[in-house]
Amino acid sequence: MSTENHFDYTGSKIGMWLFLFTEIILFGGLFLVYAVYRYTYPHEFHEAGEHLQVSLGFANTLILLTSSLTAALAVSSLQRDRKYASLWYISGTVALAAVFLINKFLEWSSHISAGMYPGAPALLAKGHGENLFYGLYYVMTGLHGVHVLGGAGALSLVYVWILQGKVDKDRYVALENAVLFWHLVDLVWIYLFPLFYLLI
Amino acid sequence: MESEQHFVVTNKTFISVWAALVALTVITVLVAQAHKGNTSVLVPLVIATTKASLVLWYFMHLKYEKKLFKLMLLVPIITLLVILGLTFLDIWFR
Repeated sequence: MSTENHFDYTGSKIGMWLFLFTEIILFGGLFLVYAVYRYTYPHEFHEAGEHLQVSLGFANTLILLTSSLTAALAVSSLQRDRKYASLWYISGTVALAAVFLINKFLEWSSHISAGMYPGAPALLAKGHGENLFYGLYYVMTGLHGVHVLGGAGALSLVYVWILQGKVDKDRYVALENAVLFWHLVDLVWIYLFPLFYLLI
Repeated sequence: MESEQHFVVTNKTFISVWAALVALTVITVLVAQAHKGNTSVLVPLVIATTKASLVLWYFMHLKYEKKLFKLMLLVPIITLLVILGLTFLDIWFR
């Protein structure tokens, strides 16, 4: 048996993409449910969507787009052997992830304190369509939020590996894969934003 | 060992893509506000898909990958479109 350190760059990356495909199908299923109910309850969805603040969604979109830029720059910096620049870009990405989540937390808190949580009497009184809108809103942005947390965790792990020298200018596929996941999180939000916030 | 053929994208490219993404986000918000009450989902979806393509093509490096990666991506996209199409056929003709 060979004890040499086997390393398959393309294999690692294909593995990551295959995982991303399962994520696309996971969110795709939820988008399908959304599409069917929006088609069934167009007016209720519009009514419900008006309660979401476009400015908050817009701010979170800019945050995620910018974090995607810093994530992409982290990869190209490491490829150019600029280790510390790469570490700074990763820190920036994780910091933006935190800002996104804080924003999301404040937003959810304001809905909940306004009595718009799933199963709330005020929401049930509004009828089926709006109830479904909020149900989907919480499930989809919640699942997305979990992915933000996971992506930030993966990036932090790679940060440590770069510090330890396990990931460097010759072996950066771990960083590339973590960053690919981060871009997927951005990709999902690109669709969530217009579908939930821009129904006006 | 990693081969030397990996293309390192310039910062300028990434920043231009980011600027385009921000511009498209502003456009989608303006369009939504100019068409209050319009239930159409088409324009926001076209803009979102343009943004998604930019992210996939440049940020996710697909432009610089082997052909295999580009073809692979068609699998989940086509799967989703088929499921979406069949579901809506069911809803429309029920």
